[in-house]
Amino acid sequence: MKKVVVIGNGMVSYKFCEKLAATSDFKEFSVTVFGEEPRRAYDRVHLSEYFTGKTAEDLSMSTADWYADNNIELHTSEMITEINREQKTVANHRGVTYPYDYLILATGSSAFVPPIPGVEKEGVFVYRTIEDLEAMASYAKKIKAEGKVEAAVLGGGLLGLECANAVKELGLNAHVVEFAPRLMPRQLDKGASDMLQSKIEDLGLQVHLSKQTQYLQGNKSIEGLQFVDDTELKVSMLVVSAGIRPRDEIARECGLEVGTRGGIVVDNHMKTTDESIFAIGECALLNSMIYGLVAPGYDMAEIAVQQLCNETDAAMPEVIDMSTQLKLIGTEVASFGDALNEAKQEIDEIVYENKRTGIYKKINISKDGSTLLGGILIGDSSDYNALFQIYNTAMQLPENPEDLILGSRGGEGGSLLGDVMDLPDDAQICSCESVTKGQICGAIEDGTAEDLGGVISCTKAGTGCGGCKPMVKDLVDATLKSLGREVKDTICEHFDYNRQELFDIVKLKGLKTFDEVLDSHGTGGHGCEICKPLVASLMATIHADTANKEYTIQDSNDRFLANIQRNGTYSVVPRVAGGEITPQQLIDLGIIGKKYDLYTKITGGQRIDFFGATLNQLPSIWKELIDKGFESGHAYGKSLRTVKSCVGSTWCRYGMDESVSFAIELEERYKGIRSPHKMKGGVSGCIRECAEARCKDFGIIAVEGGWNLYVCGNGGANPKHAELLAEQIDNETVVKYIDRFLMYYMRTAAPLQRTAAWLDKLEGGIDYLKQVVVEDTLGLAQELETEMSELVNKFECEWKQAVEDPEMMKRFSHFVNSNDDDENLLFVPLREQKMPQHWK
Amino acid sequence: MNTMLDSYKTTPLDQVNVWFEAAKISDFPKDGGACIKYKNKQIAVFNFAREGKWYACQNLCPHKMEMVLSRGMIGDDKGIAKVACPMHKKTFSLETGENLNGDLASIATYPVKIEGDSVFVGFSE
Repeated sequence: MKKVVVIGNGMVSYKFCEKLAATSDFKEFSVTVFGEEPRRAYDRVHLSEYFTGKTAEDLSMSTADWYADNNIELHTSEMITEINREQKTVANHRGVTYPYDYLILATGSSAFVPPIPGVEKEGVFVYRTIEDLEAMASYAKKIKAEGKVEAAVLGGGLLGLECANAVKELGLNAHVVEFAPRLMPRQLDKGASDMLQSKIEDLGLQVHLSKQTQYLQGNKSIEGLQFVDDTELKVSMLVVSAGIRPRDEIARECGLEVGTRGGIVVDNHMKTTDESIFAIGECALLNSMIYGLVAPGYDMAEIAVQQLCNETDAAMPEVIDMSTQLKLIGTEVASFGDALNEAKQEIDEIVYENKRTGIYKKINISKDGSTLLGGILIGDSSDYNALFQIYNTAMQLPENPEDLILGSRGGEGGSLLGDVMDLPDDAQICSCESVTKGQICGAIEDGTAEDLGGVISCTKAGTGCGGCKPMVKDLVDATLKSLGREVKDTICEHFDYNRQELFDIVKLKGLKTFDEVLDSHGTGGHGCEICKPLVASLMATIHADTANKEYTIQDSNDRFLANIQRNGTYSVVPRVAGGEITPQQLIDLGIIGKKYDLYTKITGGQRIDFFGATLNQLPSIWKELIDKGFESGHAYGKSLRTVKSCVGSTWCRYGMDESVSFAIELEERYKGIRSPHKMKGGVSGCIRECAEARCKDFGIIAVEGGWNLYVCGNGGANPKHAELLAEQIDNETVVKYIDRFLMYYMRTAAPLQRTAAWLDKLEGGIDYLKQVVVEDTLGLAQELETEMSELVNKFECEWKQAVEDPEMMKRFSHFVNSNDDDENLLFVPLREQKMPQHWK
Repeated sequence: MNTMLDSYKTTPLDQVNVWFEAAKISDFPKDGGACIKYKNKQIAVFNFAREGKWYACQNLCPHKMEMVLSRGMIGDDKGIAKVACPMHKKTFSLETGENLNGDLASIATYPVKIEGDSVFVGFSE
C-alpha cells in the first residue's frame, strides 16, 4: 500500500480524492486528508448562496459518508504544521506524526488584505470561508439594529462582486470599491465593465471605480473609507476581497522552492522540487502563475492522480484556459480565450453593444479573419458554448465573422456551430469536469449510458456550472439518432407519449378526465404542472370542455379565468371582437374600471385590459361585465386572443373589402377554442396592411378578386412573417381553409408550440401545408372541418358558466375560511392610476 | 420582507401544540389546494386525493414573495408530492418543502389531520 497524505480539504482536494478513488489502481493506495476547517470540503464558488437559504450541508462537495465509503480517512479541524521530508512524515499542531509515500499539498489560498492603515478595525472582514460569512452576518445584524446599512466591498473582481451579492443578501446597501478603472479588470474591457456596472447598479448596488483607499476612518470600529483623491465613503462595514495569497508557509518551512511573491513552485507534472510532493490548486505556482479558478485546479488534480498511477507523461497543457462563464448578481458574464488581447497581436475587434437590453458582446478575430482568439459576453451568454468550441478547436470562421455575435441576418437561422456532431472528438464540452465530445458520445456508443441522465452520471458532464447542458443534450440526442435509436420527446415523466400520440389516444378511446388518461396511459405517477395543462388542452380541443370542468388541472391563468400578474392579482379582458366598440360600451367599461379602481390600458390586440383585480373581486367584476353584454376575452387561455382589423372599405378610401366585418366574423367563430398555444388573427382591407395581419397566426389581406390568406406568422421574441397559403379566395373559402389549418395545427403541434415554430418543424414546410389544407392530399379536409364546426357550435362563455354556478364561484376567494383579501397586496401610485409595489 | 418569510417555520408532528380547524373537506378541490388564514399566517392546504393524503405549507413563494402557492398545480416528481408555483413554476416538495427545480430556500410545511369532515392544520403556537 502506498500512503498518500493530502493537506487541505477544499474543492481541489476533494476533486483529487474523487478522481483517485475512480482509478483502477485505487486499491493500492491508502489516503488520509487533513483539513483545518471544521467541515467537509464545500463549494466556495457559490458561497454567497449561503445567504439565500443554502446550508453548509447543501454546499458540501460530498455526502457525509463519501470519505468513509471510499476508505479515505478524513481529519477535519486538524492543522498540519510541519513536513519532515527526510523521514517522509507530516505532524499536526499537537505533534502527532503521520508517514507518507506521496504528499499532496492542496492548501489553497487566503484572502489578501492590503496593508491599508486601519484594517484591524472592528467591522472589517474577509470573504473566504463559511466562518467568515457567519461573522459577516452577525455583524450586519448588529449594525442594522443601530440603523446603519451602508457596507463596502474592497475589490471589484470576480470574487469581490460575488461578495457584494452576499452583502446585499444580508440586507445592506453594498458599495463596490475598485482600484482599477473597471470591474473585473482581469476578464473585462471597459465596454463590458460599463455594461456590467449599469446592470448591477440597476439592482441597487453602487460601484466606485479608480478609488485608492488611503486609510480606514473610525476609532474602534470602521466608519468609512478615505480615498487618496480626498473623497470618502461612509460605511459601517467593509469586506476585503482584493485578491488571494497562496498558502505556502508549510512548504516554505520545509525547504521547498516557493515564488518570490508566494506560491509553491511546480513543474507541468504538478511536482514540487521534491519528487514525492505535489502541489495542486491555488497554492501551486505553475508557469510563474497562480490560477484562481476552479477548472484549472481540477485539471491539476487530474494530472497529480495520473502521476501517482505511473502515467508519468501526464502534464498540464502549455496554455491554460481561463475561460469562464457565470452569473454575477443576476447578470450573465462570460469571457474566453484572449479576451483582452494580452498577446498584443494584430487583431480585429468586433463589438456589439445594446444599452437598451443590457447586452455587450465582443470577439477578437485574427487579422486574416480565419481564427477566433477570444471574447467577452455580458447580459446574454447563451452563445458561450458554441463560441468557446469555435475558439478552442480553432474552427474555420464564417465569411462574415460578425455573424458569430449578431446571428446570421437573412436566410436560415441555424445554430452558430452548425451540426454539433461536426466537432472533433477531443473538443472539450464540459470545461468544469474536462469532458470531451468523444467521452459523451462514447458513453452512449459503448452502452455505458442509455440516455442523457446516464451520460451525466457516468461522465459528470454538466454537473459543474451546468452551462454546457444544452450542448450535452444535443450530442446525446444526435448520437442516439445515429445509432438508429428513437429520441422521443415525451411529455414528461408521467407519460411515455408525445402530445400528438396522446391526442389520438384520448380521441380514440373517448377518455374524459385527467385521471382516466393518467390511470390508463400514464407511467404510474400523479401528474405534474406539465402534463396536467396539456391534457386540459386536449380535452378542450377534443370534447370542447371549458376550463371550468376540471379546474385543478388548468394552468395558472385558466384556473381562475384571468391573467395572474406580478403581485398575484389578476387582469380582466372582455372580448371586443375585431376591435369594434360602441361609445356606450366604453362608458360601461369605464364605470366598472373606476368602481374597482383598476389600472386600465389598451392592449396590442385592440381591446381593454383591467389590472389589479383581486381573486375575491373577479366574480363581481365579471357579473357586471356580463350584465352589460360583455363576455370572456380568453386573454388568459392558450386560445384565440383577437382578430385585429383595420377600418376597411366601410370608411377607408383605399379599402378593398370590409375588414372589420370579416374580423368580427372570424373572432366570433374561433373564440374560446383551446389550442397548443395562444393564437392571433388579423384582417387588413388592403395591402397597406394596417392590421399587421402578416405577423399573426392567420392573417388575411383584401386584394383585387378576393382575399390572400397567410399563416404561421409571429410577433414576439422571434418575429416571423406569415406565409402565403392561398390567393384571391372568397370569404367562404377563407373560413374553410382556416378551419382545416387550425385543426391540423391543434392536432399535431408540440405542447406550447406557436404556429410559426410548428411550421418550422413541419417536414415539407409551407408546400406540404398547402397540400394538406388546400389540395387535401391526406384526405383529411372533411374530418378537420367537421371537428372545427363541432367546437364552434359548442362554444360557451366560461365566465358566464362560472358566475351562474355557486359551486364554481367557491374557488374565487383568497381564503376558504375567511372573506378577507390578501393583506400583503401593496399598490403605489403611477401617473393617475396605480401599480403593484416593486418586487423586493 | 424577510421577516415575512421568517414567520413560517416547518412544524413537525411532535411539535404541534394547536390543531386549528381550518375548514371542511368539501372546501378543498380534489387534487388541488386552497388557502386558509390562521392568525396572521396564510397556509396553503392541498387535498392530494390520488394519494389519499393532505398537505399544508406556507402560501408564500420564496422566489418573488407572493402569496400564491395554494393556487398552484400539484403532482409528483419521481414519486415526491410537489406543488408548482403559478407564477414561474418553481416546484417544492410537499413532504420536505425543498425547492425541487432550483436553489430557492425551502418552504415551511405543516401537518394536516382529518376528523369527520373537518380539516385541521397543526401549529406549534
